[in-house]
Amino acid sequence: MAYDKFEVLTSTAYPLPIENVDTDQIIPARFLKATERKDFDINFFRDWRFNADGTPKADFPLNKEIYAGSKILVGGRNFGSGSSREHAAWSVYDFGLRCVISSEFADIFKNNCLNVGVLPVQVSAEFADKLFAAIEADPKTEIKVDLPSQTVTLVATGESESFDINLYKKDNMLNGFDDIDYLKNIEGEITEFAANRPF
Amino acid sequence: MATTLFDKVWDSHVVRHVEDGPDVFFIDRHFIHEVTSPVAFLGLESRGNSVLYPERTFATADHNTPTINQHLPVEDALSANQLDALERNAKKHGISHWGLGDVNNGIVHVVGPENGITLPGATIVCGDSHTSTHGAFGAIAFGIGTSEVEMVLSTQCIMQSKPKAMRINVNGKLGLGVTPKDVALYIISKQTTSGATGFFVEYAGDVFEDMTMEGRMTVCNLSIEMGARGGMIAPDEKTFEYIKGRSQTPKGADWDKAMEYWKTLKTDEGAQFDVEFNYDAADIEPMITYGTNPGMGMGVTNSIPTAESVKGGVETYRKSLGYMDFHEGDSMIGKKIDFVFLGSCTNGRIEDFRAFCSVVKGRKKADHVTAWLVPGSHKVVDQIKEEGLDKIITEAGFVLREPGCSACLAMNDDKIPAGKLSVSTSNRNFEGRQGPGSRTLLASPLVAAASAVEGVVTDPRTLLV
Repeated sequence: MAYDKFEVLTSTAYPLPIENVDTDQIIPARFLKATERKDFDINFFRDWRFNADGTPKADFPLNKEIYAGSKILVGGRNFGSGSSREHAAWSVYDFGLRCVISSEFADIFKNNCLNVGVLPVQVSAEFADKLFAAIEADPKTEIKVDLPSQTVTLVATGESESFDINLYKKDNMLNGFDDIDYLKNIEGEITEFAANRPF
Repeated sequence: MATTLFDKVWDSHVVRHVEDGPDVFFIDRHFIHEVTSPVAFLGLESRGNSVLYPERTFATADHNTPTINQHLPVEDALSANQLDALERNAKKHGISHWGLGDVNNGIVHVVGPENGITLPGATIVCGDSHTSTHGAFGAIAFGIGTSEVEMVLSTQCIMQSKPKAMRINVNGKLGLGVTPKDVALYIISKQTTSGATGFFVEYAGDVFEDMTMEGRMTVCNLSIEMGARGGMIAPDEKTFEYIKGRSQTPKGADWDKAMEYWKTLKTDEGAQFDVEFNYDAADIEPMITYGTNPGMGMGVTNSIPTAESVKGGVETYRKSLGYMDFHEGDSMIGKKIDFVFLGSCTNGRIEDFRAFCSVVKGRKKADHVTAWLVPGSHKVVDQIKEEGLDKIITEAGFVLREPGCSACLAMNDDKIPAGKLSVSTSNRNFEGRQGPGSRTLLASPLVAAASAVEGVVTDPRTLLV
């Protein structure tokens, strides 16, 4: 799936300080019936964003005007647990977000994000708390996510923390490449391997 | 060097290790279904790629399918569209396809083992997190995203960093009314929903050795609910006995050769795990969940813990209880329920129906309870009928439905209405999982049966003695 390159992103952020947010919340199963990848933003956090009658829930952070247009979501610990549905990562991207920050991600969600151009940034619990506090004190707080130097910084105070990403995935994000490009290039090696499998 | 079962299977599937990156990991068997594959096929075709090994890919329809009147056209247009897309894509690319009405159709994680596609030492993926089920055979099996589905279709590989290794040992004898589901819910309640994030789990100890293959599947199925990529159990005579003679298993000389290999698939004495846990079978009761993730579980006779006594955010915990309309200190026993769901890739196999019937036999369903009994496959339906379980079910006032994922994730019409309380043998109790506003208690088929009969949450041991 082609996506825009990711280098340095400076943006305000939506805060969602709730633990164990599962992908059923990010996009409920009843919205997985599409056969094409488009418009998943509409049902992003559907049941937390909207009342049953379709009106927006005013106090939900994604609906607050003050955060509108943010490209970063700061989520609680164990973000993206549960179902492997990549639709969750698509809905993050389609909503206009390019980065999710959390003190811990579920594995499959993290992989899915990396495959669709959303950078998952894992920070310490202390730094996550610092981000939530800064956003609460000033909703217009800017956060700088620098992929080349692997750092995330609170712009106003300069407080910063580095994050891990393996070099291969980092190169992919910086260049907008994906794994299929890589794998198709070594197809000969794969077919040779397959020929020797016992079953 | 002493190595783990996980290492043996993983290392034998690494085509190439990428410097400071993931492994190029070869996949033996790939399951696809209607929900997470259509976009992968679009991607494949837009890049001009073809399916590299169609014979290693198997398609079944399950997530969206109705559980009544499967002989009629599917009414929901969007569901029908996905089912058509699966059939069309499978046909076009030479992939075997078990659509609605096919004798082999059913839930992907039920029909895979039934047909002998799931083998020891194999690597198995599917765009569904409960692919971990197949680890019961000593396979490395895990869920993937749609981009990865496309990767496997076009290259039979994914790029995957090797997870760390965890071993969970459970020893001793399980008490009356304690099933594999309870063992799994107990472990998850100890580990929490993220305790095994970044790990692959091997289950060891006499509790798993004594367990049937179906019980092992239930345990491995739920590995994902504590954050693990997957879980596995070393294959043994029980495993070989189960797979022998199934339609897709190796035959003749191929079988003998495979057996030679399969017998090497165990963790060597002295092999090191990154982390290890030990639990005692005697501490495990029939379990039930009370919150909105599978880690929020306890013995069915216990009271809901206070926010301060559990690890994690107090606000998140209270939000969860608020959604369930429960309170700290509440007893679960006696809470009035509205729905019961027996089925899913966790508990939709013949042994689950036998367990359910062992409780409801000679009793009647509570009048106010709506129960959906959904077998995991047509083969399970056939077994239910052969064994006469359908008569027990009918006499107790229940109706047997047709196979599918059904009310586990409520993508079809089987939805629990807002506010209603359901005892479910499935795998997830997330907010709205069984329908918007629905409330789910995860439990074993025995707890589900006892609760369906009494109309309130019930300890099955009171009906088993």
